[in-house]
Amino acid sequence: MVISTTSSRFAQMRELKLGTIASNLLRDLGLPLLGIAIFLLVWQGAASQVHTSLGQFPGPAQVLVQAKGLYAEYREDQEREAAFYVRQNKRNADRLAEDPKFVADAIRPYTGKPTFFKQIGTSLKTVFTGFLLASLIAIPVGIAIGLSGNLYSAINPLIQLFKPISPLAWLPLVTIVVSALYATEDGGVPKSYITSSITVMMCSLWPTLLNTAVGVTSVSSDLVNVSRVLRLNWLRHVRSIVLPASVPMIFTGLRLSLSTAWMVLIAAEMLAQNPGLGKFVWDEFQNGSSDSLGRIMVAVLTIGFIGYVLDRCMLQCQRWVSWDKQAVQR
Amino acid sequence: MATLLELTQVSIEFKTPKGTFKALDNVNLKIAEGEFVSLIGHSGCGKSTVLNIVAGLLHATTGGVVLDGREVNEPGPERAVVFQNHSLLPWLTAYQNVELAVKEVARGKKSRAEMKAWIEHNLELVHMSHAMHKRPSEISGGMKQRVGIARALAMEPKVLLMDEPFGALDALTRAHLQDSLMEIQRDLNNTVIMITHDVDEAVLLSDRIVMMTNGPSATVGEILDIDLPRPRNRLQLADDAHYNHLRHEVLRFLYEKQRKVDDFPAAGGGAKSATTVAEPVDAQPNVVDIKSHELKNREVA
Repeated sequence: MVISTTSSRFAQMRELKLGTIASNLLRDLGLPLLGIAIFLLVWQGAASQVHTSLGQFPGPAQVLVQAKGLYAEYREDQEREAAFYVRQNKRNADRLAEDPKFVADAIRPYTGKPTFFKQIGTSLKTVFTGFLLASLIAIPVGIAIGLSGNLYSAINPLIQLFKPISPLAWLPLVTIVVSALYATEDGGVPKSYITSSITVMMCSLWPTLLNTAVGVTSVSSDLVNVSRVLRLNWLRHVRSIVLPASVPMIFTGLRLSLSTAWMVLIAAEMLAQNPGLGKFVWDEFQNGSSDSLGRIMVAVLTIGFIGYVLDRCMLQCQRWVSWDKQAVQR
Repeated sequence: MATLLELTQVSIEFKTPKGTFKALDNVNLKIAEGEFVSLIGHSGCGKSTVLNIVAGLLHATTGGVVLDGREVNEPGPERAVVFQNHSLLPWLTAYQNVELAVKEVARGKKSRAEMKAWIEHNLELVHMSHAMHKRPSEISGGMKQRVGIARALAMEPKVLLMDEPFGALDALTRAHLQDSLMEIQRDLNNTVIMITHDVDEAVLLSDRIVMMTNGPSATVGEILDIDLPRPRNRLQLADDAHYNHLRHEVLRFLYEKQRKVDDFPAAGGGAKSATTVAEPVDAQPNVVDIKSHELKNREVA
């Protein structure tokens, strides 16, 4: 009797558990999928209503075709590149066989037009350079103005003045200054890459700077008192109290900065003609073929997806570094 | 015994938007080596301000503090502080928290192995050896306060300053920690200044109780010698006539001579809960102190 009731209770519990798993699955997987499906339907419906000079606005199906096309182009280009190097090596080997004293020139790099995927790579490289430069400036300055009220008063008006400036406003100035100060010889870092990196840096500086400053100012006064009682010197005070205490805020700033950097980058690349996703979009726009809109749409969705992945990566870093697991937001 | 610490004509004023606020006026106090002194008084009477001046965290407007023949003008590890809300660094383990202090104080004086032994010894003193590699978020409030005490003791201070060390703990944990503190005190015989709002705690632990008048312009009202023999046992003392007499003296000072009418309705209210989480106010029959005013003072400072 007792056993049967217990076993039936277990069965009940199992049912209950299965029920919660099912409802969780519905919520975590079903609802997002439903949302996406509705979005695709609305997109398809709306796209069919829009007729442009380049033909009908692409719906999801056309965009998928273009995405496959871009991938095929990439594979083709890869093969061509491989063949290019094989040819070069073979030619050198043949020459060496004819004339043992022959010294081969350096292998010439492949000169094909950059594919969509190569452009993604360039964009990522540029955004990380700009973001890294921005962080290297913003975190120390943020700590400094967070620690010193006077410094904050001195620098705050400048921050407020420069913070709202769009990358498009900076870009012409940066381009001219980079051209004046940096003369490229062949093989150096391209000017356009430096220009867009610096533009990204100037725009993505502010969230990290301000959040770091806020994080440092809001270090608990009790912890500051501990530091005073221990007579920690300035460096040790920053390293063992201030920095760990403000890590959660610093990372909040870094996350905001990285997403700003990614947004700014696309605009900067369009204008600076840095071979990245922004240039791809611009080139397709100028190209104006019947495929262009679809290809731009692929780029737009890719930009969104990469932005999302970058943010997730930062969140993961924040989780690893932060001592306060509750402070890590979604 | 020789005087170790002397406060002479200490006064302090804070500038507020409404004008200057004189928190302390002419506080004089002499503390002998090895003495355990409690400061007790109503909220806003500036007990914490006195402690912070001794710690060097606040500067007296007039008068001064002399410790062992030297004037106090900045904080330092020879006046270690046990803060009310433990103030452990949340990203460090109990061991690392004590280590931070030991590394700073014993730099160049102790070898690495000696430091390790010293840290472990101090955690052992407060019965925290079993959890020394846990972070503050993983241990209870009482354990955090134990670590806070270990950190202060590890600095080998000339004076140990305790700012309502058990104020945020429940009654049972508080009793455990008081017993631990008496045990440590029996072995080490530190000079201690403790702020408390608990009359029983003051009488049980102290050699002298310094009762402060109400602020503003608070000062030392009466000093009561607690001549109960040590070791003291809380259960035996509960029926002890002399103990109850002393306890009564403190209560009389607080409730008759320095009655603070306007503060009582707020005793269980918002002001307290704003500073400490889940304070079991009902469990403490002798709570007479609210920190709100002192907090305001700190903000002004």
